[in-house]
Amino acid sequence: MTPFAYERATDASSAVARVAAHPNAVFLGGGTNLVDHMKLGIAHPQLLVDVTRLPFSKIESLPDGGIRVGAGVRNSDLAADRTVRERYPVLSQALLGGASGQLRNLATTAGNLLQRTRCAYFQDVTVPCNKRTPGSGCSAIDGHNRDHAILGASDQCVAVHPSDMAVALAALDATVVVLGRQGERRISAVDFHRLPGDAAQRDSMLEHGELIVAVELPALPVAAHSVYYKVRDRASYAFALVSVAAALEVRSGRVHDVRIAFGGVAHKPWRARRAEAALRGAPATEEVYGRAADAELADAKVLKHNAFKIPLARNTLRMVLRQLAQGGR
Amino acid sequence: MKASITLRVDGEQRSLTLDTRTTLLDALREHLGVTAAKKGCDHGQCGACTVLLDGRRVTTCLSLAVACDGTSVTTAEGLAPGGTLHPLQQAFLEQDALQCGYCTPGQICSALGMLDEAQAGHPSFVTEGLAAPAELSDEEIRERMSGNLCRCGAYVNIVAAIRQAIAERATP
Repeated sequence: MTPFAYERATDASSAVARVAAHPNAVFLGGGTNLVDHMKLGIAHPQLLVDVTRLPFSKIESLPDGGIRVGAGVRNSDLAADRTVRERYPVLSQALLGGASGQLRNLATTAGNLLQRTRCAYFQDVTVPCNKRTPGSGCSAIDGHNRDHAILGASDQCVAVHPSDMAVALAALDATVVVLGRQGERRISAVDFHRLPGDAAQRDSMLEHGELIVAVELPALPVAAHSVYYKVRDRASYAFALVSVAAALEVRSGRVHDVRIAFGGVAHKPWRARRAEAALRGAPATEEVYGRAADAELADAKVLKHNAFKIPLARNTLRMVLRQLAQGGR
Repeated sequence: MKASITLRVDGEQRSLTLDTRTTLLDALREHLGVTAAKKGCDHGQCGACTVLLDGRRVTTCLSLAVACDGTSVTTAEGLAPGGTLHPLQQAFLEQDALQCGYCTPGQICSALGMLDEAQAGHPSFVTEGLAAPAELSDEEIRERMSGNLCRCGAYVNIVAAIRQAIAERATP
């Protein structure tokens, strides 16, 4: 591990100023991904600014009926929050589907968003990876790519985003609140992460020195009837092969409102707007669910080992919609 | 680069100066001689290094010791002051919940933290309707303990030991 200086932030603005002024400085949250990357030789910060003791550990109600989740709220506390469980069950389930009890007690809301891909080639410093070393090439495209992207990938990178929580946030129309040197700005959760394009090293729209201070969820009635379904190789403690975050309201046999996002299929949580458009106003039937899935997956491109993800994504979405329409969540 | 910190470890106040790169796990084992927390994978994947940090179960291999300044750490060793075993430790013995024993201190700390979480009404991924679970089924125990790997495969008896501890909690 490269030597680094450690500072404990006492207020957010000076933490931002400190990191922004130092090109090799990073914020330290729960550390469960960053410290691992420092051990693996993927990250080499020279200054760590610890933001875990800043006052960002509250979940508050907003005047418009939504909630504001502090960036430092631990994943376990967010999952267990009564309001989240009742009004945004998809978020609780996504959080509980990620990592382990011990890690969820450490990992923060902001850190969960900023965790990096578990692509085995990204995590192995002995092989080329455009995300880790821009311009070095992608080892996954012609390598073992069973876990990799089927949507939105580029010839530079086929990695998928690992977060479950972020998939739920994308479905819930959440907003990420970010503090920079110029003050706060707000980024929709759907746009927060980016596709690899020709800059695979950039996971998100966050600029160096910007600090996530909160995530806001809108009052979203349909979210009370939502679910996160995660398909993985083990029953627990594994990353998603494919996951679906969905909220559905059916009135008189027709889809009144719907939100869908996929995990495990792209470089970012994949908000399924085409599927939503195909569903909205349509009869809540198996045939429509299948058409909606097909609309979303029409542009999917498979690699050598991940063709199974197309039928898996299709079938998972259909099953989730069927369960939601039948009243289960 | 060096930093000076204070930790309360198994009830004892300890001060130490260490390299900022030192993890909490290495601080416990290499600097303080507290070897109950075990180094398994050192990447947050196996749970062998689990302790209770300010009462909550956490892995210690991915936490920097310097960031834990002022916290209170309880390892499996600290659960048996004066050598009197904690009921959960006794249950692990009685249920033969280990073979090599390397994962055991982490399993026990994790189980204790997990039982407190369940008591506080926290749901798990398998909890129907995200309600507070009335009682922990084997499925619930397995899901909640999935962050602790046992390469000997003592899982069946680990679940039995935790069930015994739950039963003893219910009937004091």
